[in-house]
Amino acid sequence: MKHKTFFWFILPTAMAMLLFIAMPIVSVVTQSLFTPHDQVFKVVENCGPFGCKEETIIDNEAMADLNAEKPLGKFAGLAIYFDRGHLAVSEVADAWTSSDSIGEFFSTINNLPFYRAMGFTLSYTFIVTPLLIILGFMIAIAVNSLNGAIKGLVIFFSLLPMIINPLVGSLILFWMVDARGVFGSGLQWLFDDPTLSLKASTTLTWIMLMVYGVWHSAPFAFVVFYAGLQTLPQDTLESAMIDGASRWERIRYVVIPHIMPLVTFVALIQLMDNFRVFEPIVGFNAEAHAQSLSWIIFNDLAGETRLLSSASTTSVLTIIGVAILLSPVLVRTWRDFTRKV
Amino acid sequence: MNKILKSGLLVAALLGSTAIAHADCGIENGRVSIVGNEFPAIQTVGKGAEACATDSVEVKTNLTADHQKINLAGMTGNPAEYTSAIVANSSIVALMNDDVIRPLDDLVAKHGSDIKKNQLITIGGKVMAVAFMANAQHLVYRADVLEKAGVEVPTTYEEMLAAAEKIRSMGIMENPVGGAYKAGWNLAQEFTNMFIGHGGEFFKAGTAEVTINNEKGVATLEMLKALTAYMNPDYLTHDSNATNAEYRAGNVALMNMWGSRAATLTEADGVSDEVKAGFAIAGPMTVAGGDTPATTLWWDGWTVAKNISDADAEATFIALKNAIAPAILNDETTQQAVWLIDGYQPTDKATGVFAAAEAGSTPYPMLPFQGLLHTALGAEIPDYLQGKEDAAKTLADIEAAYNAAAKEKGYL
Amino acid sequence: MSSVAMRKSPTVKIMSYGFVAIWLVLAAFPFIWTLWGSFKVELDFFSIADWTDAITGTRTLAETGSAFTGAGYEGAWVQEEFWKAVINTFIVCFFTVITSLTIGTLGGYALSRSTFKYAFWLLIAALIFRAMPPITLVSGYLLPFFEWNLWGILPTSIIVLVAINQPFTLWMLHSFFTKIPKDLDESAMVDGCTRFQAFRHVIIPVMWPGVITTGLFSFLLAYNDFAVTAMLLSKENQTMVPKIASFLGTTQTEGNVMFAVAAVVSATVPIFILVMFFQRQIVSGLTAGAVKG
Repeated sequence: MKHKTFFWFILPTAMAMLLFIAMPIVSVVTQSLFTPHDQVFKVVENCGPFGCKEETIIDNEAMADLNAEKPLGKFAGLAIYFDRGHLAVSEVADAWTSSDSIGEFFSTINNLPFYRAMGFTLSYTFIVTPLLIILGFMIAIAVNSLNGAIKGLVIFFSLLPMIINPLVGSLILFWMVDARGVFGSGLQWLFDDPTLSLKASTTLTWIMLMVYGVWHSAPFAFVVFYAGLQTLPQDTLESAMIDGASRWERIRYVVIPHIMPLVTFVALIQLMDNFRVFEPIVGFNAEAHAQSLSWIIFNDLAGETRLLSSASTTSVLTIIGVAILLSPVLVRTWRDFTRKV
Repeated sequence: MNKILKSGLLVAALLGSTAIAHADCGIENGRVSIVGNEFPAIQTVGKGAEACATDSVEVKTNLTADHQKINLAGMTGNPAEYTSAIVANSSIVALMNDDVIRPLDDLVAKHGSDIKKNQLITIGGKVMAVAFMANAQHLVYRADVLEKAGVEVPTTYEEMLAAAEKIRSMGIMENPVGGAYKAGWNLAQEFTNMFIGHGGEFFKAGTAEVTINNEKGVATLEMLKALTAYMNPDYLTHDSNATNAEYRAGNVALMNMWGSRAATLTEADGVSDEVKAGFAIAGPMTVAGGDTPATTLWWDGWTVAKNISDADAEATFIALKNAIAPAILNDETTQQAVWLIDGYQPTDKATGVFAAAEAGSTPYPMLPFQGLLHTALGAEIPDYLQGKEDAAKTLADIEAAYNAAAKEKGYL
Repeated sequence: MSSVAMRKSPTVKIMSYGFVAIWLVLAAFPFIWTLWGSFKVELDFFSIADWTDAITGTRTLAETGSAFTGAGYEGAWVQEEFWKAVINTFIVCFFTVITSLTIGTLGGYALSRSTFKYAFWLLIAALIFRAMPPITLVSGYLLPFFEWNLWGILPTSIIVLVAINQPFTLWMLHSFFTKIPKDLDESAMVDGCTRFQAFRHVIIPVMWPGVITTGLFSFLLAYNDFAVTAMLLSKENQTMVPKIASFLGTTQTEGNVMFAVAAVVSATVPIFILVMFFQRQIVSGLTAGAVKG
């Protein structure tokens, strides 16, 4: 394709992304390098419905000049990246020198918010993504073999886990897995343990979140694979059949290679989405047991005093994390791309 | 409440609002745009302000649960999108820190002679907000259950533990204590209450140095943990909604609950008569022999933006002053909150908040860095309650997390 | 689809039917449960006393005299005017899908046909853009949008939704386009079509399943979005999801969970109609023989 034609085809989408994603990313990176100025305090008397009290406030008059002069704040370089809330360089170094064993080192590291969140985020990503791809593929193959009439209905019901709004969907599921809800009671009966509670144990909470993750995202993989199956080259399948290939061999040597680009695509999207896992943690009130990078950002922005630099830093780290995570898939895409040439 | 009564109230409310619509508030012209939370009392205030709208005065409200995320951005521009934000004593701090609200002294002098003195929030001698309602956490209990167990209404947390033990050992309830201990804001709020009850000071006076890592902090954590032994094992996921649900279902006999939630506690559909009859409220409890109740007092009030024209500021002030005039109180609105405005007759359900104020409770601290500590508390305490680490380690973690955040904001 | 190649033995058939049945139960059970429970009172649906109450409706019966009540629906639709949010949602979804697909197919097609390196790097850039957590993006928009008076209105949200979902749309369409043989449009161009004509008259008709699938996901993303719509829309322009969230209440105020449950069930109906309507397109696949080889 010629450069000029390419330019006009790509222009609208490139403009949209440039304005609404690329520019904010630049500002986020800038923000992560600056912090607010050192604040000047004064102690004043505050009065209200419940009487008076001496309290500290920020002296805005004293700050006004400084803020006007340098509105971005104080240049902090990578200080925020290395502080306790993020990479915690000095804490990790301390832990390394003071720990007697590797186990002790890791338990100290696991007490730092960033590494703790990373632990959950990575486990979640690497357990949920393969499982949902396999499940989605199996559903697609099975649904594809159904007769026309019930297909539509089956597709609709298969999409339900994805359609139901995660906010309320997780609220309802959260209730169902309660020790007194229908699933919770069922599990207690199944394991014969009346004190079993999914929400009170860290391990069970992790499992619950991961099962939810697979359940919620499998329909996505299913629909993509299903659409891919519609373009299966029938003659290749038929000739494979004539050559005596078993059903499994046909799936292995014809179907899977055909939908492989789609598998790459689903893996790419889902690795990224799972790395940014957030909604289930809030929906299942699981903050006490599981935290993710996106949750840390949310927590920084949700308090009474918002930590903008910290949230920006975590966002940049998330992007870097995703880039590392996707690099094998990207190499593959690069190979596909060069093969095209 | 049955349906006919409900729709009756709805009609009454509609009639009421049309009756006061187009009231002449004495505003010549200007723009009024209010952002705030969405609970019923604030809706009432919003409607009151909207009643001042005329051909030359535009009044808009945007009342939403996400108000805290948008109010600062919406007041930063010049002219600001919002001419007023309705805030509480914790959330006014963010607006003060960024200097986006204006002192109201001249407007109070000109138009506010009838606002009660104690409604004015003065900071360093300048009026920065006008409060209209109060809130506090206090004891909500089941009178019938306490009677059955033969215990008095607890006035201290130690008595609460003893009562809970008695109720459990008699087999009346498995987990008699309720509490909004959800990791995050709720849990941090409980720590704040309990630390104040222990006579603790969060910061070294005049500085942003945190002072919770001491024996009072340890005692606070230990008391929180002692209480959780009598709670539903899932307590770290229970916010105030879930805690109320437990109470309604008759599973909880004692809990520290928001006054604003007490009024409607037994009114939900499907609450059994037993729970309705046993419902009772009392003032907040003290702890460890202290005099200051382990609770905090809250107010909700309105502010006026700085980056707007004086005419808009005046219009906003007058509209909001009318919105909290005694005339807004009727049978329905009186129930919505513990109002601070003249002519408010406290209902039975307001007794808990009044008791809290009378017992000398302290307001939630209006410090620039209190929010950062709150966030750190909410994130670190679950480790201690789950037994993953001891109290000293948790307090050290809280201190470290707070210090990192405070350094970033330029407070340390 | 019942070609010779896909014909199978009875055991395989039973196994695959059984698998579909199990999956359907897993996928649909929570929804069916919610549908049933939406006609109960809150204390039955979230039945702390005994979970079987949710099925029998003990408290509902005691409260209303019948095991079913439409109070949740009445509250959501009449009292809280949920229909306004429904209208807003459809405006947002319709324009988001149309715009996303239009600019996405153009871009995706160009990327799949270009052999220059920059096409690859553009794809990668789009991917990195997608890695940005939406909460950070949205909180960055607030100040400029307030400044330029763009905050709170539907068009702003539509454009933002289109833009932040564009990387996904682009990648999805790109992977569908790469599967379409190049000969198809190249032979059309040999016959005298311009690039755009080839795209419009040869590629798009063949691409329908891909476009429909991508459209379905764009729709779902816009439909279920919370991060953008909750932060960028004012109360009167609210879409369904933030509206439902506001039914749930906050720390200091009572929510009405049954309104939310009823609203969620109502919100699923349009999707049901949509899937039923488009499944023919999804199912019918490519026109026979068009892309063989």
